[in-house]
Amino acid sequence: MSAALRTGLIWGTIGVFLSLVGMVEAFAARQVIVGVVSLGHLLLLIISLGSGVRAARQVAAGERAPGAVLLRGLVAGMVTGAVGAAFIAVGPAINLRAMFISATPELFALLSFGRGIAGIPLVLGAGAAAGVLGAAATLLPAVIARPLAVGVTTALTFGLFQELLQIILQEGTIRTAIKRLLFTDDGLPPRGALIVFVVAGVLSALLRGRRGGVRAWAASRPPRQRRVLSAGALVLGVALVLVLPVVGGLFIAQVLVLVGLYVLMGLGLNLEVGFAGLLDLGFVAFFAIGAYTVGLLTSTGEHAIADLSFWAAVPIAVVASLIAGFLFGLPILRIRGDYLAIATLGFGEIIRLLFLSDALRPWFGGSQGVLGIPKPELFGFEFSGPQQLYYLTLIASAFVAFVAARLRDSRLGRAWMALREDEDVAEAMGINLVNVKLLAYGIGGAMAGMGGAIFAVMLGSIFPHSFSLIISVNVLALIIVGGMGSLPGVVVGSLFLVGLPELLREFSDFRFLIYGAVLVIMMQFRPEGLWPSAAQQRELHEERADIAVAPVAEAVPGEAQAEGGGS
Amino acid sequence: MRRSGLARIPIIDIFLWVFRIGVIGVVLYGSFGTLRQGKYSGEVWIDFVVFGLSQGSVYALIALGYTMVYGILRMINFAHGEVFMSGAYVAYFAAAAFNAAGFLNRQPVIALLAVLGVAMLTSTGIALVVERIAYRPLRRAPRLVPLIAAIGASFFLQYTFRGFFGTGFQAYPGVNVLKGEWVLAGIGILRTQAVVIVGAVVMMLALYLFVQRTKTGTAMRAVSEDMEVAAMMGIDVDRIIVITFGVGAAAAGAAGVLYALVFPQVHFFMGFLPGIKAFTAAVLGGIGNIPGAMVGGLFLGIFESVGPTLFLEGLTVPGIYPAGIPAPYQLKDVIAFVMLVMVLIFRPSGILGERLATKKA
Repeated sequence: MSAALRTGLIWGTIGVFLSLVGMVEAFAARQVIVGVVSLGHLLLLIISLGSGVRAARQVAAGERAPGAVLLRGLVAGMVTGAVGAAFIAVGPAINLRAMFISATPELFALLSFGRGIAGIPLVLGAGAAAGVLGAAATLLPAVIARPLAVGVTTALTFGLFQELLQIILQEGTIRTAIKRLLFTDDGLPPRGALIVFVVAGVLSALLRGRRGGVRAWAASRPPRQRRVLSAGALVLGVALVLVLPVVGGLFIAQVLVLVGLYVLMGLGLNLEVGFAGLLDLGFVAFFAIGAYTVGLLTSTGEHAIADLSFWAAVPIAVVASLIAGFLFGLPILRIRGDYLAIATLGFGEIIRLLFLSDALRPWFGGSQGVLGIPKPELFGFEFSGPQQLYYLTLIASAFVAFVAARLRDSRLGRAWMALREDEDVAEAMGINLVNVKLLAYGIGGAMAGMGGAIFAVMLGSIFPHSFSLIISVNVLALIIVGGMGSLPGVVVGSLFLVGLPELLREFSDFRFLIYGAVLVIMMQFRPEGLWPSAAQQRELHEERADIAVAPVAEAVPGEAQAEGGGS
Repeated sequence: MRRSGLARIPIIDIFLWVFRIGVIGVVLYGSFGTLRQGKYSGEVWIDFVVFGLSQGSVYALIALGYTMVYGILRMINFAHGEVFMSGAYVAYFAAAAFNAAGFLNRQPVIALLAVLGVAMLTSTGIALVVERIAYRPLRRAPRLVPLIAAIGASFFLQYTFRGFFGTGFQAYPGVNVLKGEWVLAGIGILRTQAVVIVGAVVMMLALYLFVQRTKTGTAMRAVSEDMEVAAMMGIDVDRIIVITFGVGAAAAGAAGVLYALVFPQVHFFMGFLPGIKAFTAAVLGGIGNIPGAMVGGLFLGIFESVGPTLFLEGLTVPGIYPAGIPAPYQLKDVIAFVMLVMVLIFRPSGILGERLATKKA
């Protein structure tokens, strides 16, 4: 029972932390289900539920009596509520706001459901109820729990992205009909949420077990049909990606261009960190060099040095960042591990400070940057806005992803992986460390340079402030979330870490807070990322299996091996 | 393969030598030009050096935390700069409250000591929480994993403070007693700078004695020498690691208050640059080496304070910079970063030559 108490305390503290950091109040501005729940309250609800779930999971598998589990959930939830209640009672009394800017009266009104001190019993009750609910959810058999979870998640997703969905559902008869069914003028009403919940839940229940069935069916077809099927799926996927900005509108296209730029940078950094194991914290320098090259070569402003077209400038920018990669790599060839990370960080900052300095102002415009970069044009078609630039980014990312995939499976790629595993052994195997490392920096840099080139024309002007360390950390975070060394992981990571915060503006204020937390949490629970490359996953899990099985391993070596290979 | 195998070492060496000679050449040429101009009197240079000493003693205090943690865990505590920031930031609230009550100017010594205590406690608390949550579970993980977690912790702390206290700069209250100069042997020293130097030196001495003379300090050195053997000798390694983090963080917290005496404002991002520079200082002095960190910090502080003027003012380039580099103070951080990269490239074992080479670095 003391474990449940502790769980409740921890989760309650998390709740108070999120309140003080300003997240709860900022999120409360977004209604998830109109008139029922805002994102801020949802966050608090999730915390109380989580407290209950964690407390319930602490019960040993053998003694899972429903009563004991529910009781633990109740205790944990109530303690979580009590922490919140204490915060509500003490916060306004000691004038917390003198220190914490987020401890506003609005926050306390929100936490106490607008009742002030009188709301404390309600907070306690809500915490306890949520705790019991969370604990109860762990008791449900999968047959019921799964459709329920899918239904709730889908309904909440609809609620979160309701503005976006409404924009998408604006045109077309079927689309407007769906819109009228689900949404009112204010947003997603309880009725709409219920419909989504029921439909998603029922679909999930019906499709349960069928997913494997479809795969098996496809696999049982004769090879020719299978090829046709997979080609069809591919065409469908490509078509979907192609029409996305047209259907989604300007805003979606804008977000997708940004995601694409981060995919380009992510692929480049993935090559350095994921393939070759060279942690680079100054990666943004290559992005900056690509952007400045294109900016200076195509600009019509005062810092113009040549009046080239975008298409002529891009190859130059790529080559410039390739060479920058070589030059950047040469002096740090002999540095290893964490020292390398710091040295590259130093390089990245040096580049940014030089662009920013007055000393180089005549060439790079100092803090005023380079202005007047025209949009690219091709056969009279101008890539004027995000909806057009999207295709440019898409082609560039697809090309770079192709190059990265081919490199991964090449001799060079295998040399990189060997380098990542052990530098000394790699050298002993006859790999030329110098060439291999320089190529990693150069090619990785060139990929980021291409991203920078598109970035320059996207904004039409570039400033040194756009190239701070935080971009490097952002890219690092996204390849870690996606999975180091994994190419689809880069896309997944960009969608999650760049696309999502853009779509939910409330998140963007807290994105770096969340990135920081994500890095710490991922390193503990899922160091291989969300979409790990096969090798990485095998490796990380093998290690764990080794540790877990170590005492048994000597007695039954065959079993340990089976476990290591199977996971 | 054979061809490149033979050819490659000399090529890099030649490149590195050209790099090294180039930097030294620029530094010498610039210094010579500046000194020949004779624009600055000896007093100005002394002022620069004193300012550098006060800044450097702060770097040295922060560097102690890096060096001690690295000595034991072989890990760069990337969040150490934020530990420093958190101490300075929370102590600001204490200082502001004392100032509002008039206590700060009535009893400056007691008030400043109290502010210092608040900073050290905050920093220690935060460092211990970070160690417990972010680092301890990763003790046996591959090397990059804890480093990435540390980067995450660093950003998490920065943006936590941003969320808590806002994005603006907060002005540290001044202490009346510390306004003006003291004249020592004919040299005028700003009082704040003198206090910072003396305070930092006292702290470092105390820490050095703690590590060298006490039983816990001996245990710390034993753990840093060989963790497994130390554990076999009955030393509670986890406890020693926690103490190391705590002591390093307390030094960083104290450094935060001293830093705020010289640059009287706090901001959520203020930990980044001093953190990186202190790391440079730690490497410069030979990471894992406590006196080395002190020397490295002082050296870096002076270098950074004298450097921009000395190297760049007189760096005339005919046709481009006929009167030297404009606004050299802007390039102060560039000089520090160049120093960082050069140290990592050419002397990763530090000027005081510790035993590690590629094995630990």
